Amino acid sequence: MAKQKKVRGRITWRQELKQNGELYVLMSPFFILYFLMTVLPVAVAIGLSFTYYNMLEAPSFIGLQNYVNLFVSDEIFGIALRNTLLFSLITGPLGYILCFILAWLINEFGHSVRVILTLFFYAPSLAGASVYFIWQFIFSGDAHGFINGILMNVGLINEPIQWLTDTKYTFTVLIIVQLWMSLGTGFLSFIAGLQGVDVSLYEAGSIDGVKNRLQEMFYITIPLMKPQLLFGAIMQISASFSVSVLSTQLFGATSTNYSTHTIVLHMNDYGTVRYEMGYACAIAVVLFMMMLIFKTLVNFILRYVAND
Amino acid sequence: MISLKLNKYRRGNRSNVASAFLLIFLFAFGILMVLPLIYAILQSIKPLDELFAFPPRFFVKRPTAENYSVLFDLVADMRVPFSRYLFNSVFITVVATGGCVIIGSMAAYPLAKFKLKVSWLFELVVLTLLFNGTVLALPQYVILSRLHAINTYWVYIIPSLATPLSLFLMKQFMESVPMALIESARIDGAGQFLIFFRIVMPQVKPAWMTLLLFTFQAVWAQQPLNMVFDEPIKLLNMAFTNVIAGGISRVGPSMAAAVVLMFPLLLVFIITQSNVIETMTSSGIKE
Repeated sequence: MAKQKKVRGRITWRQELKQNGELYVLMSPFFILYFLMTVLPVAVAIGLSFTYYNMLEAPSFIGLQNYVNLFVSDEIFGIALRNTLLFSLITGPLGYILCFILAWLINEFGHSVRVILTLFFYAPSLAGASVYFIWQFIFSGDAHGFINGILMNVGLINEPIQWLTDTKYTFTVLIIVQLWMSLGTGFLSFIAGLQGVDVSLYEAGSIDGVKNRLQEMFYITIPLMKPQLLFGAIMQISASFSVSVLSTQLFGATSTNYSTHTIVLHMNDYGTVRYEMGYACAIAVVLFMMMLIFKTLVNFILRYVAND
Repeated sequence: MISLKLNKYRRGNRSNVASAFLLIFLFAFGILMVLPLIYAILQSIKPLDELFAFPPRFFVKRPTAENYSVLFDLVADMRVPFSRYLFNSVFITVVATGGCVIIGSMAAYPLAKFKLKVSWLFELVVLTLLFNGTVLALPQYVILSRLHAINTYWVYIIPSLATPLSLFLMKQFMESVPMALIESARIDGAGQFLIFFRIVMPQVKPAWMTLLLFTFQAVWAQQPLNMVFDEPIKLLNMAFTNVIAGGISRVGPSMAAAVVLMFPLLLVFIITQSNVIETMTSSGIKE
């Protein structure tokens, strides 16, 4: 082992590279691609959001004009913003709590039961993104759609309901399908986290006056699982704010009266259809900000719940 | 007294009746969750008259492979043979998934086991866990077009190779690899590359098996927007889109397409499943 002499307190870059050169070579492919495809896109979005850019001419600086247009004159953006917020506020927390409760209940059982139940609950998010379209047939707006067929057969309705075009139902259908797929990475993380909790802590807790399972959950399980809970929350926020393909596959490129139009769809509409890249990037920046705000908020709530 | 109290609140000491009810409830809920997928499978093997029978039946009476042959005929009628789409999908998935796992693990090892000047990079990666491929797709599109990658295989591969999730999962798991193992290999004269491939990677097999599953899932489902125009480089799911667009009249072949798309996912999940929970134990974010 090379002696790590820290003569002047800090190691210079030259020493660092000499000592750990191989490690930097190992890291370089990832970080080159990561900067290219994650960091640079964020920077590009911020930069272009202050310009008019149509991908043919060079971008021209127009200051805050895109943001002004976005919030003042773009009514559809207002709808998309409201939809995305409402959608995230419903599916985010609901999906998150569902993940936790199901993971908690599954954890009570033995290995084989746990494996089967995990497969059942995880299957929708495993296959969901590849086969969203099966819901198009389940909710089909004619008598051949499964749900319409069942409801008509039972006699609850006389004529088929237009689940995918009637604005009374579209948003609810979107929420149902998203919740169906919400038991994903976060759910797996919760199951693992619960299994990692030392059982003797529950016994110690009962001596210290923990009376029931609910108290056990709030005073022992949740504080111990805080790292997994934070990870799960990030995954949930990321999933609920990025809903887009789900909407287009169920309701078409534009849903009736924009009833399920989301920020991502609005962004893609301006970006890849109208080629108003500057404007689309301003939408992206608003989306990034919203996601960060929500993450901070959730972080704050978790700190409170896990009583740090 | 104390020992009695302990027993009362010990884990798994709930009454058998309550446990049975809970189990029945969980299984019922679990079946409800997979019902749409099972429905797709059953629809795909129904003959035409059963598909359009009223009232609709969930189960199938006379199973047939008819829908599958119709699906393959429909896709074969396009300008490119079916095998080409299949090849594209398999090729892209193997390259992108394999690349992602190797590149992510290579970067995770130094960050997990050594104190480097660039350790802050991990904090950045954790912050960007929030931004997935969907929200970044548009600025990525601008960059890919500058790289002249539009309408090539690269648009499928480049965005999938270095995702924050891959580095995050690998780094968290690699922290548990004993430092003594690495130190002793270095004393024996092994370089970092050799240590990485021969000592660290076998130790963290559960982690990369899990990452393989997650990446496979994402790559298999991808449909890049407006980035691919030439039919010969389109993926299987994009070829099926034309069939699905037929709506209810094509319900049989569409459901067959769903089964074809689901099958590899299920296969990979079953292969990697036993490793997933072990990996996710270390997935937490410590502040």
